[in-house]
Amino acid sequence: MVWVAFALMTGAVVLAVLWPLGRARAVKTRDPDVAFYRSQVEEIGRDASIGLLTPTDAEAAKAEAARRLMLVSGDAKATGVQSHVAVRIAAVLSLIAIPAVALTVYIRVGSPEFADQPLTKRVAERAPPLNVEDALARIESHLAANPDDGRGWEVVAPVYMRMGKFEQGAHAFAEANRVLGATPQRLNAQAEALVYAANDTVTPQARSLFEEVLTTRQDDPTARFYLALAREQAGDRQGAIDDFTRLAADSPPDAPWQEPVRRRIVALGGTPPAVKEAPAGVPTGEAAEALRAMPSGDQQAAIRGMVDGLAARLAQDGRDPEGWLRLVRAYSVLKEPELARTAVQNARKALAEDQAATRRVDDLARELGLEG
Amino acid sequence: MIVEIGHYALVLALALALVQGVLPLAGALRGDAALMAISRPAAVTQFVLIGLSFLALTYAHVVSDFSLVNVFENSHSAKPLIYKISGVWGNHEGSMLLWVLILALFGALVAVFSRSMPDDLRAIVLSVQSWIAAAFLLFVLFTSNPFARLAMPPMEGRDLNPLLQDPGLAIHPPLLYVGYVGFSITFSFAAAALISGRIDAAWARYVRPWTLVSWIFLTLGIAMGSYWAYYTLGWGGFWFWDPVENASLMPWLAGTALLHSAAVMEKRDALKIWTIFLAILAFSLSLLGTFLVRSGVLTSVHAFATDPQRGIFILAILITFIGGSLALFAFRASSLKPGGIFAPVSREGALVLNNLLLTTSCATVFVGTLYPLALEAMTGEKISVGAPFFNLTFGPLFVPIVLAMPIGQMLAWKRGDLLGAAQRVVLAVLIGAVGALALYALQGGPVVAPVLCGLALYLIIGSFVEIAGRIAGRRVPISVMAARALGLPRSAWGTAFAHAGIGLTLFGLAATSWGVERILIAHVGDDIRIGPYEVRVERVEPRMGSNYREWVAHTRVRSGGVDVATIDPSRRSFSTREMVRTEAGIVTLGFGQIYMNIADQRDDGSLDIRLYWKPYVALIWLGALVMAFGGLLSLSDRRLRIGVAKRAGARAQVARNVQPAE
Repeated sequence: MVWVAFALMTGAVVLAVLWPLGRARAVKTRDPDVAFYRSQVEEIGRDASIGLLTPTDAEAAKAEAARRLMLVSGDAKATGVQSHVAVRIAAVLSLIAIPAVALTVYIRVGSPEFADQPLTKRVAERAPPLNVEDALARIESHLAANPDDGRGWEVVAPVYMRMGKFEQGAHAFAEANRVLGATPQRLNAQAEALVYAANDTVTPQARSLFEEVLTTRQDDPTARFYLALAREQAGDRQGAIDDFTRLAADSPPDAPWQEPVRRRIVALGGTPPAVKEAPAGVPTGEAAEALRAMPSGDQQAAIRGMVDGLAARLAQDGRDPEGWLRLVRAYSVLKEPELARTAVQNARKALAEDQAATRRVDDLARELGLEG
Repeated sequence: MIVEIGHYALVLALALALVQGVLPLAGALRGDAALMAISRPAAVTQFVLIGLSFLALTYAHVVSDFSLVNVFENSHSAKPLIYKISGVWGNHEGSMLLWVLILALFGALVAVFSRSMPDDLRAIVLSVQSWIAAAFLLFVLFTSNPFARLAMPPMEGRDLNPLLQDPGLAIHPPLLYVGYVGFSITFSFAAAALISGRIDAAWARYVRPWTLVSWIFLTLGIAMGSYWAYYTLGWGGFWFWDPVENASLMPWLAGTALLHSAAVMEKRDALKIWTIFLAILAFSLSLLGTFLVRSGVLTSVHAFATDPQRGIFILAILITFIGGSLALFAFRASSLKPGGIFAPVSREGALVLNNLLLTTSCATVFVGTLYPLALEAMTGEKISVGAPFFNLTFGPLFVPIVLAMPIGQMLAWKRGDLLGAAQRVVLAVLIGAVGALALYALQGGPVVAPVLCGLALYLIIGSFVEIAGRIAGRRVPISVMAARALGLPRSAWGTAFAHAGIGLTLFGLAATSWGVERILIAHVGDDIRIGPYEVRVERVEPRMGSNYREWVAHTRVRSGGVDVATIDPSRRSFSTREMVRTEAGIVTLGFGQIYMNIADQRDDGSLDIRLYWKPYVALIWLGALVMAFGGLLSLSDRRLRIGVAKRAGARAQVARNVQPAE
């Protein structure tokens, strides 16, 4: 196909050369130079009449121009003598030279095997996925067509979670639960995704899911932890301390959640239960008392841990107005005005597209006296 | 397929250029009309082919076909459409394709619009033009092919340098190239004159419109480039005596001299050697500029030495064409018939002086541009020759040019009256002097500023004195004056406007000494004094562009408590190249400009601000526009109109029939 186009183009170009060769007649109009010198003599007259040339100079100039005119008319060449041999040689030459040169050069530099590859076309027909996004896009379109593919939902859900797309993750877990039937693991995962999506707030929907987990598996630590957290967020401080304390006491001492649970208790101003296998020589009561003796530092540290986590998450994905507001408020509570101001500025930048959110950040900054 | 068709069209253009370089020339030398007849359709076809190729590359950029190395390296799918198109020539390969496109355009224009020319001259001109085209097509195809492909095309391109993502890029290079490359056609005319022996007044007339067109575009291109640098680079400078700028200034100086010299040759058959020499020089300097900009020699002599392929190719083209034409020149020099005779004090004499001064100033720029390169190549030492050198050498050469310009306009051809001419510019001198004093009283400042401004005023007034003298007179009714004004040749008006344009530019340049600059830290709401104005940043806010984010400082400009303008300087971040670019806020008030730039906002909300008040600065570019307008007027002179010879002949016939009463 490409070669057909090339052949046509070559033909047209050769024709553009051969056509005048064949058509030219040996007609010779008068030499345009003669007309030029005639008009020049007129011009000298005009220049003289407006004083650009003195009359004597004008006469001299006219004489010069006339002399040149005669020279030109004299040596008018006898153009137009056509030699048919020369024309034929020229015709053959261009007939051969143009395709020969074009082909030789094009074969060296050209890429006739390449088709055009506009980006839109390539995106549409891209065959093997090259990365997670591509794979995800393909699975998504597959799931859109086959929403009852529970395995598909189960596979895609963790991918969403890793990419930070928590809402889609929650949705995918929910679909998997719908198709494959609910399991405590999936229910936990779905609820956890909802919590992440709400920026660590245990929403009522998430809470009911955790409660559902507890109906089949009464001592599920994940569900218990989040339900305790829900209490804390609802303002039931003592209830939360009790729940956390019970969770810590019920769990083996080397459970990975011991540490965060205990931090929560301290943060809430409670006393964590004694570690069952306390190191020898250290009376448990004393340890508890020591902790209580310096609670403010630890408490601060725990809060700092949370705030830092929030800040890190927002630095990665800043499209979360609530998160920013919480962060700014937290810094201001921690008496860190510098950090608070930086947070305000980062929030403005990150939320640049969202005017309403920027305004809320500005309002808060003004309210907390962080402006200027 | 479109891309490869464009690629093949380019190859075909090369083949055609080779044929066109040989056959019409042979025809002209043998007096064979059939062979000469090839030149016109071939020149048009060549333009069509290269045009096709250019369109194919543009298509590839517009649809983001990253299988082309050129598109991958210089484009991005998220770029706005206008920058996808202007990005075609915003890189080396594409700009060279634009170069040959304009080369072919001039060939085609000559083919279409020069019916009045002798066939043999046109055939040779187009043949020579084809040699140049063939040389550059080889260069493009073998060292800078914009159609080179990638076997595994990436999904996204590297984007265009943010500095180039500006409407300036859409306009500046095409204008500049039309000017730059336009001198190829005057070069071809010169070579054709030398080959055919037609070195006469008629030749000068045929070449003049092409010189004018190139000159007009080069003037606009340089001015546009300087304004672009002014508003993009962010510190309010508009001319840096940078080698890239000098590369366009040198052909402009030579071209300006050529324009004047060709006028003498046309009218008086004199200054032939000068004219041919300047035609060769102007294009040689264009080639030199192309070499400097395109070989990479400017970035570093050593970088050039490690990858010299492109540079050596252009150097070879440079040497072939300059050497060849100079050899022809030497060969023909003995046969040049002496033309019209003139006295030293005459219009011709004045234009010789003009040629001398312009070529000398061109030579100083040449030295200032190439000396650092030569030094680096020889000794490895890096020096930079900047404004101080050029101000000391170029400046003193330009002052006499300005002084002589109005006087030269007064002198008659053949033999002039210097005293008379001097008397007639007295008024202009007076106005200049009074203006200088008034400005000194008003603005104060370094003495050089009012002096140069006075000189500029003298030039502006002086440019029109000659015309005024021809039109006005005591007790001449307005209607007669108007009739006289219309009756004057347009080229006379063109001269006056172009000279006055230089005056305007000079005024703007001189006035830069009165500029005010402030670099400060300010808060939103602070009042900042700058020159006769106050500036206040009202608020700072983010904004999203298609492929960048920006922080905009909405700023109000006030004068005596009254709002006069608002400006929005901003700071843009482009994520693909991780580059930040400042966007100056500029407002023109009178002929002066407020120019404001912001840096990042500090933590306490304050802004680093650069603020300038530049009185009369707009005149610099306005002057260039007036110069180009003068060129256009001159181009519209009836002598130069298309198909001029026949119609002029007919009119002369009528005139002769009417006149016998005299």
